[in-house]
Amino acid sequence: MSVHYWDEEIETLPRVGLESIQLRRLQHLVARVYKTVAPYRKKMEEAGIRPEDIKGLADLAKLPFTVKDDLRDNYPFGLFTVPLEEVVRVHASSGTTGKPTVVGYTAKDIETWANVMARALCCAGATKGDMIHNAYGYGLFTGGLGAHYGIEKLGATAIPASGGNSKRQITIMRDFGSTVLLSTPSYALNLADAMDAMKIDPKSLSLRVGIFGAEPWSESMREEVERKLNLKATDIYGLSEVMGPGVAQECLVTDRGMHICEDHFLPEIIDPETGEVLPPGEKGELVFTTLTKEAFPIIRYRTKDISRLYYEPCGCGRTMVRMEKVTGRTDDMLIIRGVNVFPSQVEHVLVGIEGVEPHYVIIVEREGNLDTMQVQVEVSEGLFSDEIRVLENLTKYIQKEIKDLLGVTCKVKLVEPKTIQRSEGKAQRVIDKRKI
Amino acid sequence: MLVEQIAVFLENKSGRLAEITAILAENAINIRALSVADTADFGILRLIVDKVEQAKAVLRENGFTVGKTQVLAVEVEDKTGGLARVLKCIKDAGINVEYMYAFVNKTGENAVLIFRFEKMEEAMATLLKEGFTILSREQICSL
Repeated sequence: MSVHYWDEEIETLPRVGLESIQLRRLQHLVARVYKTVAPYRKKMEEAGIRPEDIKGLADLAKLPFTVKDDLRDNYPFGLFTVPLEEVVRVHASSGTTGKPTVVGYTAKDIETWANVMARALCCAGATKGDMIHNAYGYGLFTGGLGAHYGIEKLGATAIPASGGNSKRQITIMRDFGSTVLLSTPSYALNLADAMDAMKIDPKSLSLRVGIFGAEPWSESMREEVERKLNLKATDIYGLSEVMGPGVAQECLVTDRGMHICEDHFLPEIIDPETGEVLPPGEKGELVFTTLTKEAFPIIRYRTKDISRLYYEPCGCGRTMVRMEKVTGRTDDMLIIRGVNVFPSQVEHVLVGIEGVEPHYVIIVEREGNLDTMQVQVEVSEGLFSDEIRVLENLTKYIQKEIKDLLGVTCKVKLVEPKTIQRSEGKAQRVIDKRKI
Repeated sequence: MLVEQIAVFLENKSGRLAEITAILAENAINIRALSVADTADFGILRLIVDKVEQAKAVLRENGFTVGKTQVLAVEVEDKTGGLARVLKCIKDAGINVEYMYAFVNKTGENAVLIFRFEKMEEAMATLLKEGFTILSREQICSL
């Protein structure tokens, strides 16, 4: 199998050379944020560290972490390092409470992103000649537009299908001859079911490779997608706080992890309890520092994703470290149909409704191939009515409020008091029945 | 002369109704009238009982969500058109019925209609003016 690179020189650079680029960029980054972003400077001062203390890559561990709450505290643009005139685009994802997490990009950031995404596409075997069907949602979510710019950068043909309307998507795939599919893995399975219902044999389509991400998925799900869609399924990783899709991508050779664009994103694995950096190969929380971003650089961002790093050389020739498929989270974030959901957001909605007790539980299931979310809320006397209409309006209202805030449709079910388990310590707020 | 009715929230789970009636029986509370309204996910049990406060307290103790509402009990002769006459009068007054249920008293001569109206006071005034018999809870319990 021939291996395609987008930027062969950097992707196959010996690690010594790569590390020297990383260090130079890191020093530059730390000096810049220290000078331009007050919250970063404050944190560094508290930790007693100055930019000139970064003498080697190992000194990264001296820098304070950044967490999602830092983004919320500086909402919306407080962590940007450039004036807003230079920001050409913003994206947003779910925050832990009502406020979303906002990220910004300069024109150069968009260019960098397009390049890393083009690199990811090449890594999965896509070329200029491909017809790339992009079923990631277009909008504030980074998936759609992020992948789109990479497709155009690669010079392939972008089909900006976005999410939803499976029948139309399949008709387009058949008529346009889509060769590469980008979507969440669960949506890919949904497309397979829709093909079945339309009596379209996936073998009659031109699909060759799938690039799936934005939600956790297992090896067994990969086999299912490959079998049902008759393509090679690869894994992609990204998150808006770091960039968006394209942070890491699986190549066609390895079956162990995704190559991280390390010249742009510096990874670490830490012990989530102590914050200590763990040796290569150990499992822990993934932490990223962006090395080249202008508008919204981030230092030691705790992704809460659990993974490990493999530094062994890969058969594809890339020297970039591989990260293992994300196997879990260190917090209670759920990913529902590609959307990040925090139980605290649901709580935020509920406590805002008069009479509703914050006794709730979120039940997540996978029906067919789509995630479903049910929120069970205990009926207190404050909101109880002997009229069906009143209670039904209440469930509709809660449903709408959750949809408005989280962007996820859920079913609200009223339950009797005390049906939801109360534990001594932390209440169990989430029951995830999905078999991923 | 509004009548106090208690309402209990019910999840659609087997045995809930049996549990409630058992609790009431243990506490020697007599049910005079009841109705269950249900949706796909939940139900509302509405009861008229002889000991309202005690019923509320014991159900609460057992973990049920209990509410209290005022309803109107209208007695009509158990004859064709009895309910229709009441409803015509309510309709002419432009009042909406939220829900209703009915039972026939022991002698079988009269029917008792339990109503929840959108405008309770107005409905009561209208019905009294038209000469209908409105029952109190004591009257219902002694039927």
